[in-house]
Amino acid sequence: MTKPLIKIDDLSLGFTARDGRQAPILRGVSLELRAGETLGIVGESGSGKSTVALAMMGYLKSGLSVFRGNAFFDGHDMFSLPEKERARLRGSSIALIPQNAGQALTPTLKIGQQIDEALRLHTDLDASARAGRVIELLSRVRLPSPEDMALRYPHELSGGQQQRAAVAMALAGNAKALLLDEPTTGLDVTTQAHILEFLRHLAQEMGVAMIYVSHDLGVIARVADRVAVMYAGQLAEEGPTREVLRAPQHPYTRGLLASIPRLGEPGIPASMPGVPPAVGSELTACAFADRCDQVRPECRQSVPALLETPHGRVRCLFSNDPGQPRETTIRDPQIKDARALTLDQVAISYSKIGWFDRLIGKKDPTPTVERATFGLKKGETLGLVGESGSGKSTILRAIAGLVGTQDGSVTLSDGESLAAPVNGRDRETLRRVQMIFQNADASLNPRQTIGEILATPLRLYFGLKGDDARKRAEDLLEAVRLPARYLDRFPGQLSGGEKQRVGVARAFAANPEVTLCDEVTSALDVSVQAAALALLTRLQKENGSSYIFVSHDLAVVRAVSDRVAVLYQGRICEIGPSAQVYAPPYHPYTSTLMGAVLEPDPDTAPALLANDMTEKSPPAKGCPFQRCCPRHMGDVCDTEVPPARDLGTGHLIHCHMLPEQLVRSADTSVDQVPEEAAENAMA
Amino acid sequence: MIALIFRRFGFAAFTIAFVSVVMFAAVEALPGNVCTSFLQRFAQGPRLERCIEQQGLDRPALVRYGEWVAGAAKGDFGYSLKKRKPINELIWERFRNTALLGGIAALLAIPLAIFLGIVAGVRRDRPADLTLSSAAMLAMTIPEFVTATALIYIFAVTLQWFPAVTIVSPGASLAQMLPNIVLPVIVLSAVLVAHIMRMMRASVIDVMASDYVQMARLKGVPERQIIRKHVVPNAMIPALNVIALTIAWLLAGVVVVEKVFNYPGLGTLMIQAIYDRDLPMVQAIALIFSVIYVGVNLLADLAALALDPRLRRKGH
Repeated sequence: MTKPLIKIDDLSLGFTARDGRQAPILRGVSLELRAGETLGIVGESGSGKSTVALAMMGYLKSGLSVFRGNAFFDGHDMFSLPEKERARLRGSSIALIPQNAGQALTPTLKIGQQIDEALRLHTDLDASARAGRVIELLSRVRLPSPEDMALRYPHELSGGQQQRAAVAMALAGNAKALLLDEPTTGLDVTTQAHILEFLRHLAQEMGVAMIYVSHDLGVIARVADRVAVMYAGQLAEEGPTREVLRAPQHPYTRGLLASIPRLGEPGIPASMPGVPPAVGSELTACAFADRCDQVRPECRQSVPALLETPHGRVRCLFSNDPGQPRETTIRDPQIKDARALTLDQVAISYSKIGWFDRLIGKKDPTPTVERATFGLKKGETLGLVGESGSGKSTILRAIAGLVGTQDGSVTLSDGESLAAPVNGRDRETLRRVQMIFQNADASLNPRQTIGEILATPLRLYFGLKGDDARKRAEDLLEAVRLPARYLDRFPGQLSGGEKQRVGVARAFAANPEVTLCDEVTSALDVSVQAAALALLTRLQKENGSSYIFVSHDLAVVRAVSDRVAVLYQGRICEIGPSAQVYAPPYHPYTSTLMGAVLEPDPDTAPALLANDMTEKSPPAKGCPFQRCCPRHMGDVCDTEVPPARDLGTGHLIHCHMLPEQLVRSADTSVDQVPEEAAENAMA
Repeated sequence: MIALIFRRFGFAAFTIAFVSVVMFAAVEALPGNVCTSFLQRFAQGPRLERCIEQQGLDRPALVRYGEWVAGAAKGDFGYSLKKRKPINELIWERFRNTALLGGIAALLAIPLAIFLGIVAGVRRDRPADLTLSSAAMLAMTIPEFVTATALIYIFAVTLQWFPAVTIVSPGASLAQMLPNIVLPVIVLSAVLVAHIMRMMRASVIDVMASDYVQMARLKGVPERQIIRKHVVPNAMIPALNVIALTIAWLLAGVVVVEKVFNYPGLGTLMIQAIYDRDLPMVQAIALIFSVIYVGVNLLADLAALALDPRLRRKGH
């Protein structure tokens, strides 16, 4: 075996308080990485996964210090090297590819200048040789027309292109190791799938070692050779990707895998109860004991050691006990025939042109959302899926009255029109439509206690005050499974999942008929997400509210929705009962979207389109998907709005192609070779 | 890009035109007119009529506005009955004096403030920053007439390095004028530097915490180069608007400071004109100030365009 390129040995690091107490973030982590190998580090927020990865680069976030252990890179002891030497190694031999490339590229410098800066620091090339190298690097990351890209500013690139440019910058110093910190989080699924294929090739082609940090096991399954599962600053389990995902040894890994919703399985995945121990707290027992469904008295006596297994390592005393399989909960919705909400031919436009442009004869731009027509029955959940720019959140905002509609009608059950913006609606109308936001953190006033936050809708809609309001607020917290003592806490004292529960409780304080859920679980860890989905499902059954559930995550939408609408560029491509939308025949776009989904299964490969172009605005006429469609039929797609083809039970596919033809397309597209797709990407 | 610049110029021109209408209308709306304020208690009978006829005040307002604007565009602001001279003769040398004072103050203060702001931002919470930030706080709290009086007491009365008030005529040569502007420039700069420095500091601190600066560090870029290439251009963008606003303040500050030092600039002339109810003069000076104001904002906009590629997109 070759010598490891990166090795961390029994590394503990963390904060040191003023009184000298140590609050560890990492507790004795040992990991190795060989040249050309990809190590995936997974874990939930606060598990220390990013800290471990940065420590492998010899980089500590401010305030952190090493308590014990070492980190070696290529034989250098990173924490004892002088800062200058360490800076030289960083950026040349090890490079970081950040989570948000858009923010990690300096906005005032051209892409070429930024790559050139790295070249000047780490190579002896002269100016003209560097210029050539910049172009070479940009073409190596498969950016189209690299000469042109070098002259562009970061904001002139799409999210996927920015990520590629960041990779080119990382490669400028001939890096031996790349550190990728959630590099595709925040990108669309199709873009993500393309970037991952590209990174796999890069690792193989150039023999670069990669450390890939992610919370997403689907992503890890696709790129990593080995996986390290982090929990509470410790390694819970480590081993080859296939073994870890197929036969997880640690109950935490099993729980994590069980809490991920799958495309092929409807129903709410099993959640893990409890929360991880607080960052920096002292451990005297197995860190997972309180959440473990297989816990035994021995687990609480001491911190279990990391044991060698045939394939890897695991920190569990009873790892050979596979435990009870975790079941998904099949939803059992109470749907009535009456409609709670109806949208008819709704068009929404954000940008109206100014008087200046009107003066010089410009026309209004194509509406952001057009021809949005659907009904929502009482007690039903409609899922809206699509990538960024698909208009799914815009439709929610229009229903909530946060943006105005340009055309069409939105009506509640008794014909009450929702045309008025939010400040023109009466209280009763406001009460009937409630929204739960993606970012619970930003939607709760940090200066109000949870009690005050819940009291506001109770007072506004039901005139409840004092003890009555307090009693009702306690009931609401009870309904979202939070203890009554939380009423006096501030949002800042709650975890992310708890805050989202408060957001749900606030919406239900109004006893709404229609609840709008805007990416409500996107910011949550998977184990918490599963619990939040279960909570929403239970509340719906109790209150009979209808949901519109917006998410970019197809598996999550499948888990909670009775019907699903697939959106592209503000137009509905396909709508119908979940089971039918998630099975062939697909609309070509649905098929693309499904193909890009990554499941935590090492034996599945995504099916990709030949390009990952992102579109900025919808086409003025014809089919919204005309520019990217792999099944493009010719002029008719570019000029005429596709007809809604009814496949029965309300399943509509908006496509010029006949359903029979679409079934055939579904068979062929799955077989598409991903290698080739990546090769042609951006060509 | 060119369309964008063209557009900014268009808006600037529109603003100035609008200001001129408002100013003309305001003067029209005042009771009385140039003749009544000039003739005062003699403003009656044939004397008033003759004056009105001479001044052309009997013609419709629209025509007079047109003439006024056309004249102003050529630098001819009409005739001051009070001073019995064409206004542009009076204004020109005063304008030069004020431009000298304000220009030197701005040219000294802006680069100094930007530099100090960078120093304070980079050395956040360290002695250099604490000293600079406290000094800035002090400079902002003390009104300029107090600073002026204190400076006069120290440098003019006690040390006798510079004159306390200006006694040369408005048309004096530059060499004669220079010793007179030292103290006013210091007073004006103090406040300018304080405001701009604080904004620049905050902006630098923001940018230093950004992902792209961390990325540059991880790339191995030396700290000095990080500050020069990655921090300063980005920190300048939000600071530009404050610089433009501060220069607008400078226009008001100039009036006060000129009065305190009895400096023969547009500010003192304007105060005098207001006392005298010399309406054409007030109109002229107000118009000049508004042109400077709009011009400075236009410059700030153009500088932001030059610095920030994100603004250069089409459709903005």
